[in-house]
Amino acid sequence: MKYTQGLYPIISKKAIAAEIYDMTIRCPHIAKAAVCGQFVNIKADGFMLRRPISICGIDKENGTLRIVFEVRGKGTKALSQLAEGQLIDIVAPLGGRGFTLLEKDKKAVIIGGGIGNPPMLPIAQHYGRNATVISGFRNASAVILQKDFAASGADVILCTDDGSAGRKGFVTDALAETLKSGKPDIIYACGPSVMLKRIISQAKEAGVKCEVSLEERMGCGVGGCLVCACRTIRDGEEYYAHVCKDGPVFDAEEVLFDD
Amino acid sequence: MTDMSRLGIDFAGVHFKNPIVPASGTFGYGKEFEEFYSLSELGGISVKGTTGTRRNGNLPPRIAETPSGMLNSVGLQNPGIDHFIAEELPYLKTKDTVIIANIAGSTAEEYREIAEKLDSTDVDMIEVNISCPNVKAGGAAFGVSCEGAAHITSIVRKATKKPVMMKLSPNVTSIADIAKACEAEGADAVSLINTLLGMRIDIRTGRPILHNNVGGLSGPAVFPVAVRMVWQVANAVKIPVCGMGGVSSWEDAVEIMMAGASLVQVGAAIFNDPMVPVKITKGLADHCNEKDIMLRDIVGAVKPW
Ligand SMILES: Cc1cc2nc3c(=O)[nH]c(=O)nc-3n(C[C@H](O)[C@H](O)[C@H](O)COP(=O)(O)OP(=O)(O)OC[C@H]3O[C@@H](n4cnc5c(N)ncnc54)[C@H](O)[C@@H]3O)c2cc1C
Ligand SMILES: Cc1cc2nc3c(=O)[nH]c(=O)nc-3n(C[C@H](O)[C@H](O)[C@H](O)COP(=O)(O)O)c2cc1C
Ligand code: FES
Repeated sequence: MKYTQGLYPIISKKAIAAEIYDMTIRCPHIAKAAVCGQFVNIKADGFMLRRPISICGIDKENGTLRIVFEVRGKGTKALSQLAEGQLIDIVAPLGGRGFTLLEKDKKAVIIGGGIGNPPMLPIAQHYGRNATVISGFRNASAVILQKDFAASGADVILCTDDGSAGRKGFVTDALAETLKSGKPDIIYACGPSVMLKRIISQAKEAGVKCEVSLEERMGCGVGGCLVCACRTIRDGEEYYAHVCKDGPVFDAEEVLFDD
Repeated sequence: MTDMSRLGIDFAGVHFKNPIVPASGTFGYGKEFEEFYSLSELGGISVKGTTGTRRNGNLPPRIAETPSGMLNSVGLQNPGIDHFIAEELPYLKTKDTVIIANIAGSTAEEYREIAEKLDSTDVDMIEVNISCPNVKAGGAAFGVSCEGAAHITSIVRKATKKPVMMKLSPNVTSIADIAKACEAEGADAVSLINTLLGMRIDIRTGRPILHNNVGGLSGPAVFPVAVRMVWQVANAVKIPVCGMGGVSSWEDAVEIMMAGASLVQVGAAIFNDPMVPVKITKGLADHCNEKDIMLRDIVGAVKPW
């Protein structure tokens, strides 16, 4: 049985930026089964649908998972009110396909936009100093996880849209420069679709393999209800794949975006 | 171990070890949920609605949350009947549970073709969806008039000897009349309710949340409507009724059975808790053991004023 539904204790919870929370959950057998790029589906009290949140850290030894989420609406607001010591109802680990990790000595460029940063941390930890992390945010008050990325040993480039922290500009500008200075073995990205769309074309131009993590509204979270469709190309034909089961990670070449 | 022996139900000539069946479209072809529990714990499975050929379905977003419920506009994405028979059914048949094929067509001819193909397979029952609100042609169009419902029933009836269960739309003036029309054409059972047509708008963008603009409402929000409709239909026909719409607990299952359902499907509640079908079954067993009753004895046991 790959999936588990259960109530697990929150062993730490803190606010790490305005309306952004960092939580660690003790769930040993889920942590044991989880891989980088997967997500947990969380029940928010009083809401019909669970909220999908990426796994930001897997500690198999201590049997914990870490998640980082932003309050976007009423459901994530309710989740943000859970306190240390309380139980959280999760279904996990979900996602039929996580990130493909190459050997640690390969060169990786890892790009996170805003709340797309959390799932990128385990990738940075895998490649360590062979990784370049390009981490983008709206402004200084939205910046998260910089200490963690630095601790992974990766080379970190922080960008903000308004220049209030790190360099001013978009992650795609930083990617263009990074690609000029040498061709990595792989690019990973998670963030808003405009950003992903641009990165996919940059990767294609540079001839570098690229994986992206997608978001879509979900029902079951496991592949049973087909609501989380995203447009892809399969065997030369357009196919609506499902983010929860076929992803959330996809090869850049498979993904189609609306114009 | 809970004693499950009081839950058996004979429904349209098919024996179910318990009356709890995941609803079509919420449970795929079951495989994914084997990662939570054995499918053999379920009374049956109503599989994803299947059409004559592969359908891609509607553009996303296909789901919107609502107070105590949700809207969906999947639009019958499915790999087509031949794929179902060749690739999904053999695996499902290795499970000790009743397999209900759920079918839909854009034309009467498409319903006939699918039913004929299923006739020579070992599915246990055919559920005929004449009530899907999310496809443009066919679908719900047949389910909203007595003539349309009767027509599809008679076509499917002639195409197969399998038990035929017509799945009814709640988006009608008198669901009891539609049920009677199906019964008259030889339906072995009816199931209800499919989803109620609804809509949500994102007030910041002015855009409907669903790309299809409108979609089907299900979940606890529709439960009282389902109970009422099951009760009306059960009083109008002699064939058995499979009830669904918002069932999320064993108490809900008892309630809809008291209204007249002898089989119960569970849909949207699975999204809130994938374990809910087995939790309901266990709750029903505890209830029957405690009260020293057979579950079938509560079917239609409501005492109306
Ligand atoms: C695979 C995956 C991983 C994610 N990882 C993270 C993460 O690590 N950190 C984080 O902060 N957010 C993440 N998200 C986005 C997060 O799920 C949404 O922000 C959250 O569901 C919004 O819920 P709400 O109640 O606050 O918003 P509301 O707008 O009130 O939600 C209404 C409904 O829409 C759904 N919904 C709204 N926005 C999204 C969205 N962007 N994606 C999917 N469903 C949505 C909700 O789940 C709910 O069903 C992820 C989404 C997916 C699909
Ligand atoms: C995502 C989703 C997909 C559905 N797909 C189908 C389908 O393919 N065929 C069908 O007959 N009903 C379909 N339904 C309707 C359900 O089977 C059921 O009739 C309805 O949702 C009411 O039950 P519930 O409130 O327990 O979900 C679907 C419902 C949902 C939520
Ligand atoms: S959420 Fe149900 S298939 Fe993806």
